[in-house]
Amino acid sequence: MFKRFIGLQWKSFFRSSSFGQGLALKIVIIFFGIYMLSALVGLGIFLYTILRKIFPDQGPMWVLSQFMVYWVLIELFFRYFMQKLPVMDVKPLLSLPIKKSSITHYILGRSAVSVYNFMAFFLFLPFCIVLIYKGYPALNVGLWFLSVMALVLCVNYVNFIINKSDTALVIIGGLLLGLYALDYFGVVAMTEFFGPLFHGLYQYPQMVLVPISMAAIAYWINYSYLKNQIFLDASLKTKSKEVKTSDLAWTKRFGDLGTFLKLDLKMIWRNKRTRAQVFISLLFVFYGLIFYTQEEFVSMVPMLAFLGIFMTGIFLTNFGQFVPAWDSSYYGMMMSQNIPLRKYLESKASLISVSVVVMFLLTIPYVYFGWDVLAINFGSALYNLGVNIPVILYFGSFNKKRIELDKSPLGNMQGTSATQFLIIIPVLGLPILVFSLMYYLISIEAAVVTLALLGILGFAMKGKLLDRITEQYRTKKYGMLAGFKEKQN
Amino acid sequence: MITAKNLTKKYGSQLVLNMESLEIPKGQSFGLVGNNGAGKTTFFSLLLDLIQPTTGHVINHGIQINTSEEWKPFTSSFIDESFLIGYLTPEEYFYFIGDLRGRNKADVDALLYSFKDFFHGEILGQKKYLRDLSKGNQKKAGIVASFIGNPEVVILDEPFANLDPTTQIRLKAIIKELAAKEGVTVLISSHDLLHVTEVCERIVVLNKGEIVKDIQTSEETLQELETFFGG
Repeated sequence: MFKRFIGLQWKSFFRSSSFGQGLALKIVIIFFGIYMLSALVGLGIFLYTILRKIFPDQGPMWVLSQFMVYWVLIELFFRYFMQKLPVMDVKPLLSLPIKKSSITHYILGRSAVSVYNFMAFFLFLPFCIVLIYKGYPALNVGLWFLSVMALVLCVNYVNFIINKSDTALVIIGGLLLGLYALDYFGVVAMTEFFGPLFHGLYQYPQMVLVPISMAAIAYWINYSYLKNQIFLDASLKTKSKEVKTSDLAWTKRFGDLGTFLKLDLKMIWRNKRTRAQVFISLLFVFYGLIFYTQEEFVSMVPMLAFLGIFMTGIFLTNFGQFVPAWDSSYYGMMMSQNIPLRKYLESKASLISVSVVVMFLLTIPYVYFGWDVLAINFGSALYNLGVNIPVILYFGSFNKKRIELDKSPLGNMQGTSATQFLIIIPVLGLPILVFSLMYYLISIEAAVVTLALLGILGFAMKGKLLDRITEQYRTKKYGMLAGFKEKQN
Repeated sequence: MITAKNLTKKYGSQLVLNMESLEIPKGQSFGLVGNNGAGKTTFFSLLLDLIQPTTGHVINHGIQINTSEEWKPFTSSFIDESFLIGYLTPEEYFYFIGDLRGRNKADVDALLYSFKDFFHGEILGQKKYLRDLSKGNQKKAGIVASFIGNPEVVILDEPFANLDPTTQIRLKAIIKELAAKEGVTVLISSHDLLHVTEVCERIVVLNKGEIVKDIQTSEETLQELETFFGG
């Protein structure tokens, strides 16, 4: 039976529409996959050396154990968004003469071979090999590796247990921040508390039984729960929660635009993928912390321009590049209803503008790292507002891939085509190029002013640009409609 | 008045629609009948400028639909579920359409009230998104949405499919009433010969993209259609 399941799996993978995507995209995905894989393996190999270097007076294993608790929590947090139990796929199997227990085992077993679990595998396997090579006892290291993999499976299955509630997510997020805060401000040394627990897995090899049994228990809980849930009206039914509607009456103030703004806000808030987009964008505010705190980057001024454009424009790129594909599932209605195309585009532009302003306001605290930073971010925000918004909307007219809004948010390539990768060049590359040129030829002030002026210029010509874009959307309309009709899995 | 002249649509070498000329006078209730692949939906999509004609064009009340958008204010339609916005509740959807057609909340509410029987308590106040409604209920919402804002041309593709018997009967009454209104042109397509003959003044039969029959509905029409499709 399982052999047949695997056969089905194989076919669903190789016949899936994402596999049949355009060659360019396929290459990018494969390239990205190889990059991720080699990054993980590389990190695994050098982790020992890195830890040795940063914490010369502590054993790498000890240091690693201290941080394991964060790793587990972070994994849980992210898996909450990324990983869903693949229950829907078994619908056609239900009416066939297959035992429910084997279907359940299949669902759960399948989740064990997910990409997320392999990530840990490819990270820790090279790490362990290095450890053994460095003379650590092979038995301890080997069983520690087993423990870690058991922990990964544990996280895997616990995720499915808690997946149903948003409260769990908040708790995990809170726990994560709380522990880190306690640690950081030196109130309670959480790492020292959890460190020995995780280190014990290495020190006492027989402890391997603990994570293994934990994983087994998590599996069993899932199994016993799921087995009774495989009915069309139970877990296989897409849940529909009672809806809270809000009037969003304040959007009225925007007149005709308000109608569309309201629709867009509802779209963003009520669909997983768009909502995730907002959260990701907000998280990227912290991107600056990685760079501003490091001398090498701060001295590279063009890097600062990149950060400015990127941080203030993250929602612009994330959301804007899929305009109008967000509306793909009802684009036919939008095109035959009494909607002037221009109004539609204008409302998208204003929504993105608001995001740029908000992102800029959020990056203001980076003034701590110098007034330059603030000035560059301000110039970048203006550039994003004036130039990048029209640019991204223009490129949107090349979108022909349907987006199913209620499909899982992350790692979702739906709606992605080569355009999405090409667009980075004008949106990110061009302003950085302009900035760098002005910076190296004249001065940093000139560079910032140039970006700002370009933005203001774009803003001044907004009406004309939008007319042009509207025309473009009109001519591409039929192709878009046909493309959006093609359903993908 | 809607006129189509030399309207053809080709996909590759396959001719899916070939209409030399068709005139639908203002106020007519017009039925389109044909087997799968006869070109019904293609014709409606051309009427709504959702696909490009290979040759010819459609003129709706003096406006050539693929060159101007001016036909949109007085034309409304429900073709399939892709006309619904899944993440809105039915009420929100109706208000949205109302906004687009210059109707405020009270206007929309008044209109919805008159469809209370048709909704059968399954659409309004359900606190559910449209995407979570059953196919039949989605259809009901879509059909009623197409009545918002007193459109002069209403295009419904297969309105009877997926509806339960009670709703089908109610819908027939609604369409008849709509068609009886001064100056409202109703275009529907259907696989159900009985329903169209009951509702439409005129029935056009499409077969492989060509008009093969153009009948003013009478007592014998159903018989005639049944012979045509049965033979």
